[in-house]
Amino acid sequence: MSFINKPKVRHPDLPQNELGLTRRDYEGAMSTLCAGCGHDSVTSSITQAIWELSLRPEQLVKLSGIGCSSKTTAYFASGAHGFNGVHGRMPSIAAGANAANRNLYYIGVSGDGDSLSIGFGQFAHAIRRNVNMLYICENNGVYGLTKGQFSASADIGTRSKKGEENRQAPVDPCLAALSLGGSFIARSFSGDREQLVPLIKAGLMHRGFAMIDVISPCVTFNDHVGSTKSYEFTREHYHEAVHTDYIPSRTEITASYGAGEVVPVQLHDGSQLRLRKLDRDYDPNHRGKAFEYLRTKLRQGEHVTGLIFLAPGHDPDMHEMLRTTDVPLNQVPYEQLHPGAAGLASLLKRYA
Amino acid sequence: MRVAPPRRTAKVAFRLRKPGFSVTVPPTDTSHPDYFHRVVDCQWACPAHTDVPEYIRLIALGRFADAYLVNRESNVFPGILGRVCDRPCEPACRRGRVEDKPVAICRLKRVAADHKDDISSRLPVIPAQKNGKKVACIGAGPASLTVANDLLPLGYEVVIFEQWDKPGGLMRTNIPAFRLPETVLAEEIGYIEQMGAQIRYNSRIDSMNKLLATGGFDAVFVGSGAPKGKELKLPGRAEGDANIHIGINWLESVAFKHVDKIGEKVLIIGVGNTAMDCCRSSLRLGAKNVKVMARKPRQFFKASEWELEDAESENVEIVVNHSPKAFVVENGRLKGMLFEQMAYDFDARGRITAERVTGETFIAADDVILAIGQENAFPWIENDLGIEFDQWHVPVVDVQTHQSTRPGVFFGGDAAFGPKNIIWAVEHGHQAAISIHNHCMGQPVTERLPPTLNLSSRKMGLHEWSYKNDYNPVERRLVPHVSLVERFKKISIEVELGFDAEQTAKEVERCLNCDIQTVFETKACIECDACIDICPTDCLTITRNGEEAELSQRLRAPRKHPHEPLFVSAPLKHTGRVMVKDEDLCVHCGLCAERCPTAAWDMQKSKINLPHANDHQWPSPQQRKTA
Repeated sequence: MSFINKPKVRHPDLPQNELGLTRRDYEGAMSTLCAGCGHDSVTSSITQAIWELSLRPEQLVKLSGIGCSSKTTAYFASGAHGFNGVHGRMPSIAAGANAANRNLYYIGVSGDGDSLSIGFGQFAHAIRRNVNMLYICENNGVYGLTKGQFSASADIGTRSKKGEENRQAPVDPCLAALSLGGSFIARSFSGDREQLVPLIKAGLMHRGFAMIDVISPCVTFNDHVGSTKSYEFTREHYHEAVHTDYIPSRTEITASYGAGEVVPVQLHDGSQLRLRKLDRDYDPNHRGKAFEYLRTKLRQGEHVTGLIFLAPGHDPDMHEMLRTTDVPLNQVPYEQLHPGAAGLASLLKRYA
Repeated sequence: MRVAPPRRTAKVAFRLRKPGFSVTVPPTDTSHPDYFHRVVDCQWACPAHTDVPEYIRLIALGRFADAYLVNRESNVFPGILGRVCDRPCEPACRRGRVEDKPVAICRLKRVAADHKDDISSRLPVIPAQKNGKKVACIGAGPASLTVANDLLPLGYEVVIFEQWDKPGGLMRTNIPAFRLPETVLAEEIGYIEQMGAQIRYNSRIDSMNKLLATGGFDAVFVGSGAPKGKELKLPGRAEGDANIHIGINWLESVAFKHVDKIGEKVLIIGVGNTAMDCCRSSLRLGAKNVKVMARKPRQFFKASEWELEDAESENVEIVVNHSPKAFVVENGRLKGMLFEQMAYDFDARGRITAERVTGETFIAADDVILAIGQENAFPWIENDLGIEFDQWHVPVVDVQTHQSTRPGVFFGGDAAFGPKNIIWAVEHGHQAAISIHNHCMGQPVTERLPPTLNLSSRKMGLHEWSYKNDYNPVERRLVPHVSLVERFKKISIEVELGFDAEQTAKEVERCLNCDIQTVFETKACIECDACIDICPTDCLTITRNGEEAELSQRLRAPRKHPHEPLFVSAPLKHTGRVMVKDEDLCVHCGLCAERCPTAAWDMQKSKINLPHANDHQWPSPQQRKTA
């Protein structure tokens, strides 16, 4: 943390988005995380992405649980709605908020402890329900707030700062999400903004549950030799399978590309994703092959990144499955929300 | 995942997206003192390279005497320059790029000068044992006085010949007392007299030949200024002579109280700083209606913006696009002047491409003052002395050594290269003093020490720096002035009052401490992006290297002033990319260094040492050893 706040002074020629706002207008409070924490880079990528999407801050809901990662939501878009929930319970709050108002953009930020240990059940059911949100898991393999114990995502063979070796099998959030039916599954690295920013934009615009597992090194407890989630190790074992470009719907689509190299995917709002395959044999639209590919690469000690899986077609999200109202509850007229005594009586008649 | 041995795939992955770079910017050489010196914009712009941020911090601490002495080391006359300097530092000030207005550097200098304690005991020590060398300086202006200031501590005997009965040169004769009080001049010139400079008053030098022939001097320094005002030869000039004055001569007469009144209607021809002094002096000598006549539009004026503002605030009218045509004299008395009204065409860059006369107009006047420039004049330097002059009768002087074509004769101040300003004269004095010292010690005048630079960390703790790093958004303070009624009562009433304590306390906070440099250690960087995310002005970028113009396109924020330095690191160890810093808008808040987990960034104070005469020791320690 710092003794001074980031000064408000900015570069006079910063570009503006469609709302006339600069990137600086999407910042939040001053981070109190350790200097060099990967989470601060993730914050910066989120800020960049929502600025580029020209979202109004009040269209955004920020949700988090407990942990270093969960502090992230305080550090961007101070004008957005926010809820900092109980440890591991952020998905429930997200689902509830989303049920009440489907017109907002939901972004949940969690970590490997919050999502894969105490909140694993919550995480799994949010995927099953296909809650329309972007779920970012800032994954560093350790419990930073409690001084660096191995977390559920620590790889076998990785060493703690004191030299201890981990022997328990890790939970891989991407493999878990694939097996649970996730419709948008990606992995990225806090140190690769070029990859992460388009993924965040795509995830926010994807209808349904979009999960991005971001390897976000813990600079204090897990950035040493022997760690598999240090800056250096991640960069050395970095395997980008698919690069994603996000093309907003307003842009005229003119670029030409060779068949087989780029897979264009239309999103529901008219914007387009272009998946550029860096590994020719990879098919990001096939759940089974994606699972197999990811597992193989993990065994080889590689961090596979990029948009790992995008469900072909459209999987119904929570609202579609539950056949809820099209408008947010606060916009439903009182008469409809409250059918009166006669209405109640006729409803009850159905169960008589 | 199981741990596999490290493999270098990362560079490939990061490069894959944009293949095909070959031309790259070499790592910036920050070991050259000029790199960090350029970052301190004010100091770089100052001809004498005054250590501005250092003295502003001392003022902030209330250490006025120390601030004064930091100033004095490079500019010798802080009290004088704190009032009337042409302040090239201010247009250069980084604050003026980050916001609109630069730090009021000049006014702060005056604060140090006005509020210091007695500093006479802290002046350079003058050795009792002299070195047996004697130097003559001609003219007791800023250049000669600086030469004396630099040479006296080395044991020289310095004799200054002055034509008037008071010292100061153009500082006294051409700058009116309402801008520069007599007491300030007397104090600062007094220090140099205290140090032992022998000023021979009323001793005009009429022959260089005679002076050299005495053989009494080991070197001669000419600091006699540019004392000849330019003439305007138009019809009626001779007939109206009694009421047509040459600006600098007229100001001189006012300074020596030979002139104490002027007509009610006065025209000033020209819009330089001398014109501003003439019009404001006229108002104090009884003029009621003063017009400054300019041939061209305002953007071509030579006067400093603040001097124009000061004149206009005293209701001086500045009339543009009027070209003088004739003096109108009736019955042997000046009635006014005839002007041609001008119109101009401009190109896209604002330069004049064509001019037309659109009409003629008569403007009545009781007196006209010509302030259209000045020249050097050396009728007293004989042709056969080996001192060469060029076709415009300007002496041929080496720009570095200030030596003329005759060894042992040096020129400085306006006498050397034509009219500049006081701060330039001081720097000329410093450089000439080095040459004179070398000359007298039998060393080549070109044998000069290079500038050096020291860096020392300002880190005090994890997030603590030994300077105030927070950006204070306070706006530039306005200096208070004596009321428009009061100030005209006497010509010696100083118009500017100087900052009060509260204004000073605010203004010092505006300084960005540009001399606390961001120093990058490439080896330590782990490319975590923390510095890039925290930088408030987006001056940092980590990117792949490339050709400079193309690389500049890939910065986090547009490169606004391409002439400002760009720092490019050596390849970073993880990915081979480079750290790039656009120095242009860095506010030196130190957050990059605070957020750096490996101290790859550090805030280090740069201290630039620019050698003066006393740094040149002859015989050098080396020579002494072998002797």
